Amino acid sequence: MKYDFDFSAPLAYWPDFVAAAGTTLGLSLASTVFGFLLGVLCALASTGRSAWLARLSSVYVETIRNTPLLVQIFIVYFGLASIGLKVDAFAAATAALVINVGAYTSEIVRAGIESIPKGQLEAAECLGLSRAQVLTHVVLPPAIERVYPALTSQYVLLMLASSITSQISAEELTAVANRIQSDTFRSVETYLIVAAAYLVLSLVMRLGFWCASYIAFPRRRRLGTPL
Amino acid sequence: MTPLTAPQLQFLLTGFVWTVVLSSLAFAGGGLMGFGVAIARVYGPTVTRQLVMLYIKLIQGTPLLVLLSLAYFGLPAMGFDIKPLTAAGLGLSVYVSAYLGEIWRGCIESVPRTQAEAAECLALNWGQRLVHVILPQAARIATPPTVGFMVQIVKNTSLASAIGFVELARAGQVINNSTFQPFVIFVLIAALYFSLCYPLSVLSRRLERRLNVADR
Repeated sequence: MKYDFDFSAPLAYWPDFVAAAGTTLGLSLASTVFGFLLGVLCALASTGRSAWLARLSSVYVETIRNTPLLVQIFIVYFGLASIGLKVDAFAAATAALVINVGAYTSEIVRAGIESIPKGQLEAAECLGLSRAQVLTHVVLPPAIERVYPALTSQYVLLMLASSITSQISAEELTAVANRIQSDTFRSVETYLIVAAAYLVLSLVMRLGFWCASYIAFPRRRRLGTPL
Repeated sequence: MTPLTAPQLQFLLTGFVWTVVLSSLAFAGGGLMGFGVAIARVYGPTVTRQLVMLYIKLIQGTPLLVLLSLAYFGLPAMGFDIKPLTAAGLGLSVYVSAYLGEIWRGCIESVPRTQAEAAECLALNWGQRLVHVILPQAARIATPPTVGFMVQIVKNTSLASAIGFVELARAGQVINNSTFQPFVIFVLIAALYFSLCYPLSVLSRRLERRLNVADR
């Protein structure tokens, strides 16, 4: 088999690639932030005292974890439009990714919360901290610090999964690649470039998370070790 | 809201069957390749180990959709005649091999080293050690995460719809194009996927409790 690689045609579109990579990164960051908040809330609900909230949260988590992201995106984008709620592709993509990653975050953070020794909670109670104070000062910081590597991997996977939003014409990296490969007829080269771009993006995200951990977890900075 | 007509329902069920077929294909193909990946990562010479590591990093750092597009649009451009089923099966197998390979590597490595040493003292050769001593124990550890990963495989087959393979998600899109009831259709599709994945999730959790050998 002989095949002449010619990267010049797709590479001529480099401004498009860069813009699309920016879109992918923006989409991932927005989904990361909101997905994290949603996930922490669900984790708190599933470990909290209200059995009703815990059940609600577990129904959400199980439903999302056992259905494909593609179908979730379709439900948000086409489904909401059909009941009169018109959302643009980018908003729908973000919403679907947030709903999706929230479920995974919830399971990870729950594991972190359950790893906090009971004695610490009792000690906090003895100090007269309110329940909100216990959560924000005693439970959540070490819990999240413990599961931070798992969270990082999950959000890198989320960034890769954001390629699926190309299916609802959100103009991110994969969608742009589809357009460019049909323009240039250089599909192998185009997708190799895109694969490389995703690799770079995942490295960038890992680096970003690593830097963020140094700001977020002063203990790690001081001791050089995780909790 | 009109319910689905019988032919539409049948079309949907055909898609469902293809999803199951594609999942099995991806699991079988990916499993075979993944086994090779795991063995090469644990027992290969340093160069092989590093090359396989690079392969895993590359595959895990690339979205499945791009892998599928490479297989479906890329291979014909390079002169191979390829059908959507082949492309989807190939792309998914490569994807699955990277993840299952890493899962199984961990399982093989978690078998205590002393077991291999004892087997060596009994003068078993490498193949015998692997088949009679290491793998049976690794398989026990590997079963729950493997079943858990099957959920990912089933869900990820939905991406084959993007390269024109008519499985469940694509069947849903096609029907939606004629009925214009996206909410009903896609919730139904989600429910069908759920019916495939949820039993696997439950099974994985149950196996994890029953086969809990890692910290016995």
